[in-house]
Amino acid sequence: MIEQEWAILLARIQFAFTVSFHFIFPAFSIGLASYLAVLEGLWLKTGKGVYANLYRYWLKIFAIVFAMGVVSGIVMSYQFGTNWSAFSDKAGPVIGPLMAYEVLTAFFLEAGFLGVMLFGINKVGRKLHFIATLMVALGTFISASWILSVNSWMQTPVGYAINEVGQFVPAAGWWEIIWNPSFPYRLAHTVLAAYLTTAFAVGAVGAWHLLKDSKNPGARKMFSMAMWMAAIVAPVQIFMGDLHGLNTLEHQPAKVMAMEGHYKSHPNGAPLILFGIPNSKEKRVDYAVEIPKASSLILKHDPNAPLAGLDTIPDENEPPVAIVFWSFRIMVGLGFAMMGLGLWSLFARYRKKLYDWPLMHRAALVMGPSGFIAVLAGWVTTEVGRQPYTIYGLLRTADSASPLDAPAVAFSLLAFIVVYFTVFGAGVWYLFRLASKPPEAHEPEPQHAPIRSAGITPAPAIIDGEIEKGDAQ
Amino acid sequence: MNGIDLTVIWAGIIGFAIVVYVILDGFDLGIGILFPNFAVGPDRDKAMNSIAPVWDGNETWLVLGGGGLLAAFPLAYAIILPALYAPLIAMLLGLILRGVAFEFRWRDPAHRARWDFAFTLGSWVATFAQGITLGALLQGITVEGRAYAGGWWEWLSPFSLLTGAALCAGYALLGSCWLVMKTDGALQRQAYSYAGRTGLLLLIAIAAVSALTPTLEAKYYERWLDYPGILATSQVPLATLIIAFLFFRSLSKRQEIAPFLYALGLFGLCLVGLGISIWPDVIPGRVSIWAAAAPYESQLFMLIGAVILVPIILAYTAWAYWVFRGKVDEAGYH
Ligand code: HDD
Ligand code: HEM
Ligand code: HEM
Repeated sequence: MIEQEWAILLARIQFAFTVSFHFIFPAFSIGLASYLAVLEGLWLKTGKGVYANLYRYWLKIFAIVFAMGVVSGIVMSYQFGTNWSAFSDKAGPVIGPLMAYEVLTAFFLEAGFLGVMLFGINKVGRKLHFIATLMVALGTFISASWILSVNSWMQTPVGYAINEVGQFVPAAGWWEIIWNPSFPYRLAHTVLAAYLTTAFAVGAVGAWHLLKDSKNPGARKMFSMAMWMAAIVAPVQIFMGDLHGLNTLEHQPAKVMAMEGHYKSHPNGAPLILFGIPNSKEKRVDYAVEIPKASSLILKHDPNAPLAGLDTIPDENEPPVAIVFWSFRIMVGLGFAMMGLGLWSLFARYRKKLYDWPLMHRAALVMGPSGFIAVLAGWVTTEVGRQPYTIYGLLRTADSASPLDAPAVAFSLLAFIVVYFTVFGAGVWYLFRLASKPPEAHEPEPQHAPIRSAGITPAPAIIDGEIEKGDAQ
Repeated sequence: MNGIDLTVIWAGIIGFAIVVYVILDGFDLGIGILFPNFAVGPDRDKAMNSIAPVWDGNETWLVLGGGGLLAAFPLAYAIILPALYAPLIAMLLGLILRGVAFEFRWRDPAHRARWDFAFTLGSWVATFAQGITLGALLQGITVEGRAYAGGWWEWLSPFSLLTGAALCAGYALLGSCWLVMKTDGALQRQAYSYAGRTGLLLLIAIAAVSALTPTLEAKYYERWLDYPGILATSQVPLATLIIAFLFFRSLSKRQEIAPFLYALGLFGLCLVGLGISIWPDVIPGRVSIWAAAAPYESQLFMLIGAVILVPIILAYTAWAYWVFRGKVDEAGYH
């Protein structure tokens, strides 16, 4: 029994580790693919070289991010079976088809057009190449939609029946399963999150180069575009997050109790705990800094509305409070910081100092990783908050795992940790190296350039098998 | 009944995905296996560039195979994957090393040798693990109720190691034939010679696997060797011999496309042989496709998508190959 518990714990750590790594890359590539499509579209429309330069600059980064997203994603699709086989057997008839649709509608689309996007502009011409870029961007969006539908169904399962061997089988229409109650919110919130993640990453690169040369046209353009995204999308994201939370309150109240740190029920108005240290043993939040009645105001739009607490939930059905409490605060805090920088950039535009305000550029640089952190924090809130279930209220995590021996999982976890840190560590290092070079002012336009963003190098540059400066364009 | 028909159709679709995967990623992985033998510099760059634009699409068929299995035969997915835990994790890690090497070797000239090694190591590991998976499946999996009930080393046996080695030879063959098509000059001559050698290795391996398979399970023995079935099943080795002959002839005639097609023929026959052995089981001797099948509604919903989308996928995949047709050199495609 003890051995079994170890095996499950290790499997959970392994899943959390691998999916967190995986999601870092799509969070960037969903946004980056759209950004590239916008850049190429603007270039085709205006003919301005700066857009073509930026396209080529970010395409190289995209190629690396995308490759890491693909290889880490394949791990995910097999891990349901290797580590969560009981879950796969039971939920397969419902979630399997959705994931199969993801492969058919999204992964093939991305993969099929990626080669042309990376290598093909002088083979197919600008229009077709633009279509390839659009298809890749569309593919990333479709992919996110299906997998989020799967995840949302696990959070808020509907439209199923349970058959004689204990499997969840589709009972209502597929439409109802796909559009389960939390899916629209999760989709909107996650796609906006990907856009914000990209905006802050791009903004930080722009800021870095502006700090060194505030006249670089490429750096100016990317910084300006990123700050528009930040200023517009961050407030929308906060609004969406609020809606998402209200929806969660309706369907997974225990998760919201953990997020809010509400161990006790509040019959007339619950306080909003800003900070504090959740103490699950004593079932209270120590050193709490709180605003009276504000939680009821946010969640119920009435300061005196009663709110139930974790005391209404049997202990064995409670999620771990501290993790959820903290990860939620990290996400929300970063969301407000993002909005703050967005507003600052608007003010800077108004004062015509967008490109000459080093303090703001430094702030943007610091905020570069904020999207990634917020995204991971948000997922931790979501996934840990739905514990102890994999299918909410219906299938426990403990009953979902594969019949594996603990040492087998320990070895695989160790192998994943070693390989991920070395391989993806190197990849991230290359990303930094690419991004540390400023976008060149006079890069050739794509249709004349030998396109080799990822694998293909122009003949003159490769004599002696060495890549030289040419590759850095 | 309707349900039964769909189950057979889905077995066919997943079989198709696996065949396409084996062919397409087979030549990618094969190039990885042979990679250290190519001269550092233009030859390696050419070999890499001949697959750089297409490998991602090729690998996606593996995701379809796995995802399709989960969707159409969840019970099989739930039993096979834990049973083959170690080789599958090794395969995934191998695919990671191989996949990122496409990008990283160009990004880091100073450490290119390292990423070339990762490319080769990843390709070997992934291929060997896939071969082991096949062998382990054929030799049988311990099942109790609806779950795997063996230990975490059950997959390891001389037979599964043999199928692992066989697949390495097979993929290397596909890789060399691909290079024969896509390159010229010294690299092509090298590829011709590897095609001959790996072809021979593959035939030996096929013979060994074929000789051993009937001894694994009584059912395989009956399937292959009982009269009158043997009249039909003996056509498979016969056809293998004929294709092998045509293959070597095409090599000696220095044909460029024919060797690849004959190599595909050899793979096709192996898969037919596999089908003869295990049909209609997904887990040989334990679980039939009907026992593992997802309910009718799940299969129907996906089938609609597959019928519409697979032809479209094949069309744009073919287009992508067409865009990158012709010989490759180190500067990319002409
Ligand atoms: C850039 C990223 C980002 C930012 C700035 C925010 N979020 Fe978020 N949030 C996510 C990225 C994210 C996410 C990673 O995308 C999650 C995980 C699962 C999901 O649906 O979205 C998430 C989940 C998530 C959940 C959990 C829903 C559930 O599990 O059922 C809630 C309640 C919120 N968010 C609310 C907010 C609020 C009120 C924010 C205001 C500042 C906010 N988020 C900012
Ligand atoms: C991409 C961002 C995601 C992150 C960062 C994430 C994070 C996590 C974490 C932290 C756990 C462990 C929870 C615990 O054991 O306390 C977990 C478990 C799990 N998640 Fe996610 N998750 C993500 C997306 C998904 C998606 C999209 C799905 C489904 C399609 C999913 C399915 C699961 C499953 C099956 C488990 C294992 C069972 C469990 O421990 O709850 N996750 N995930
Ligand atoms: C446990 C859950 C997940 C599984 C099983 C999974 C599976 C996969 C697989 C197999 C790939 C590679 C596809 C290829 O071969 O091209 C992939 C890539 C991708 N995934 Fe995931 N994924 C998961 C979580 C997520 C989440 C939560 C999102 C987005 C919200 C996402 C979005 C993407 C995107 C956009 C790609 C394309 C590659 C990239 O952009 O880096 N995935 N995923």
